[in-house]
Amino acid sequence: MKKLMLGNEAVARGAYEAGCAVAAAYPGTPSTEITEYIAKYDEIYSEWSPNEKVALEVAIGASIGGARAICSMKHVGLNVAADPLFTVSYSGVNGGLVVMVADDPGMHSSQNEQDSRFYARSSKVPMLEPSDSQECKDFVKYAFEISEQFDCPVIVRLTTRVSHSQSAVETGEKEDIKLKAYVKDADKYVMMPAMARKRHVEVEKRMAALRDFSNTSGLNRIEMGSEDIGIITSGISYQYVKEAVPGASVLKIGMVHPIPEKMISEFAFKVKTLYVVEELEPFFENQILKMGIKVIGKQKLPVMGELSAQLISEKLFDIKGEAVQPAAGQPIPVRPPVMCPGCPHRGMFYVLKKLKLNVSGDIGCYTLGALPPNECMDTCICMGASIGVAHGLEMARGRDFRKKTVAVIGDSTFIHSGITGLIDVVYNKGNSTVLILDNSITGMTGHQHNPTTGFTIKGEPTKQVDLELLCKAVGVERVTIVDPFDVKEFEKVVRAEIDADEPSVIISQRPCALLKNVRFEGTQKISREKCKTCRVCMKIGCPAIVDKGDHLEINPALCVGCKLCTKICSFGAIERAGE
Amino acid sequence: MDKLNLLIVGVGGQGTLLASRILGTVALKLDFDVKVSEVHGMSQRGGSVVTYVKFGKKVYSPLIEKGEADLVIAFEELEALRWTGYLKQGGKMIVNEQEINPMPVIIGKAKYPENILDTLKAGLSIYSLDALEIARRCGTQKAVNIVLLGVMARLTGIDREIFVDAIHEVVPAKVLEVNLKAFEEGYNYHK
Repeated sequence: MKKLMLGNEAVARGAYEAGCAVAAAYPGTPSTEITEYIAKYDEIYSEWSPNEKVALEVAIGASIGGARAICSMKHVGLNVAADPLFTVSYSGVNGGLVVMVADDPGMHSSQNEQDSRFYARSSKVPMLEPSDSQECKDFVKYAFEISEQFDCPVIVRLTTRVSHSQSAVETGEKEDIKLKAYVKDADKYVMMPAMARKRHVEVEKRMAALRDFSNTSGLNRIEMGSEDIGIITSGISYQYVKEAVPGASVLKIGMVHPIPEKMISEFAFKVKTLYVVEELEPFFENQILKMGIKVIGKQKLPVMGELSAQLISEKLFDIKGEAVQPAAGQPIPVRPPVMCPGCPHRGMFYVLKKLKLNVSGDIGCYTLGALPPNECMDTCICMGASIGVAHGLEMARGRDFRKKTVAVIGDSTFIHSGITGLIDVVYNKGNSTVLILDNSITGMTGHQHNPTTGFTIKGEPTKQVDLELLCKAVGVERVTIVDPFDVKEFEKVVRAEIDADEPSVIISQRPCALLKNVRFEGTQKISREKCKTCRVCMKIGCPAIVDKGDHLEINPALCVGCKLCTKICSFGAIERAGE
Repeated sequence: MDKLNLLIVGVGGQGTLLASRILGTVALKLDFDVKVSEVHGMSQRGGSVVTYVKFGKKVYSPLIEKGEADLVIAFEELEALRWTGYLKQGGKMIVNEQEINPMPVIIGKAKYPENILDTLKAGLSIYSLDALEIARRCGTQKAVNIVLLGVMARLTGIDREIFVDAIHEVVPAKVLEVNLKAFEEGYNYHK
């Protein structure tokens, strides 16, 4: 049966059909839906792990235990999981092990645009790259087979446009895959120096075998067209090439590591001019150049951002598209993302901005606090960095600076990798003030459960990490829980904690406004009689409050009735609408 | 019709994703190859969002680029203005008559353009309506997307029954009736 599926959904389907039994992941755009769709299959055990490293370790355990296992993450997640990746490359697998990684060229929702293909090379792990949803399903199934055949993990790389495009998929039946025997084998699975040295020999043998396999695997294919133009490409770039230069000859690479060298040589011999079209880094290009083959690539195409059919036509062949001119005259204001109406972070940022604090930030919806009108975040590096960075700021700039500085981190991010930063502060006699934003969910990636919510990926109740107890257990004696919409109390607590000469944690607790169980009563309106147009309510940066010049209004289509503005207004001018 | 390039543009949270799922289902029923591409994550939080829907005999790139769209469905006026460059010569645009101020306008750093509909109508084939009001009348403001799909069904000449079937498949049963009503209202708006 043909079904329209997101690339990510097709990956889940592939795992299901391949008889995969265990799936673990930490959410991250654009990879999140892989594991959300897997969780719908009762035949697969699935979990949100605290971070990508744990997720990969769980998948490795399942594989050693004889099951087929899959682990999914975004590109920066692979940095977190790199440690187990490099060594499971040595130990190899028992049940098939597939690592999904989704890159984000163009940084639609990421802090960098690293090219994960280099991980495949440096960890000596084969990597496949599908170009549409059908291939997502097929390649994942194939990846499990390659993993078992060559005794190694296999990485399948996606990019945003493959993960988040829907196209037709022919679904199949679930394979009957039996759990393999668990065999104790210290030489293979205990990577101490003596054993690892022997395994490294196996890794090199395997890579040699995989280099041959790449030429014959059927994952790479030549589509001969005109002999004047030959294009080597993979993944989403293949789709752009087919649209931009329909008559060209194409070598479509499905196995991006190791590359099919023999096929490439043969293809290069058949065409007059050879191009490489790949997003981000010259990964293929440099390897092909090293083979002594002349090729045109990054001298014409960018290493930054996404490619497109028009960009390829223009940069490689000087063909420009014809656009209808935009409607004349007026400048078009940009529309950056904003915190939602009712968002609990808004109350917190109002206070931090009022106190003019330095804010060491982190990754989540609250990173939007860096944008106007809050403009209240000084740093954001990676998941969990806020606390370590705040500690480093204190060590560099001293006590007075620290008293004007806080770290801001979400609940899920804190569990991911913030807790180790907090332990560092306590252990090394720092005095940072850390705000943990407990909104009862992982927000930015679209509402996933995490160890602090009390529910599993399947929505089943489970033990809930008690953030207050956890912080106390690592040695933070000053832990306060406060509602960010109780603005006065919140300000009082922040003032007291930044002033204290010891580490402290403020748990800013209020659920995400988009959660189903969050209900406010009625929308608000601004009374034109009572309003003095002082515009204090504009400082919270709520998209529902509109400045009409001579007066202020609340847009009833956007207002959720959270009443944060009502609390901030000194004139009692914001009241319940309707009735 | 042998191919269709359609852009759905709006503000994150307006329900553009459901509209694209219904359109994908319609395409499969018409035996077209189809790709529907959208961006999730950060931009969904009240930012400018776009979904690309492409039908055809064989669809390669999931993206629609400048000058390639046969049809643009704009859920908001400023977004309509922003994406006009993507229409091909002779392309059509359906515009929901709703204004949502972006943050630079809210904080007074930019001005919301005036008379957007007049500007658009001066050079392009524009079909505009207050879909929010129509959706409210049908029973829920969330059905804006389905009202706009109704307009689109009429404009493309695709058999309306195929849309109705697709809505049956995609929309949850408890809100089906409201959405079918919203579809009819949209379908009959620009007769």
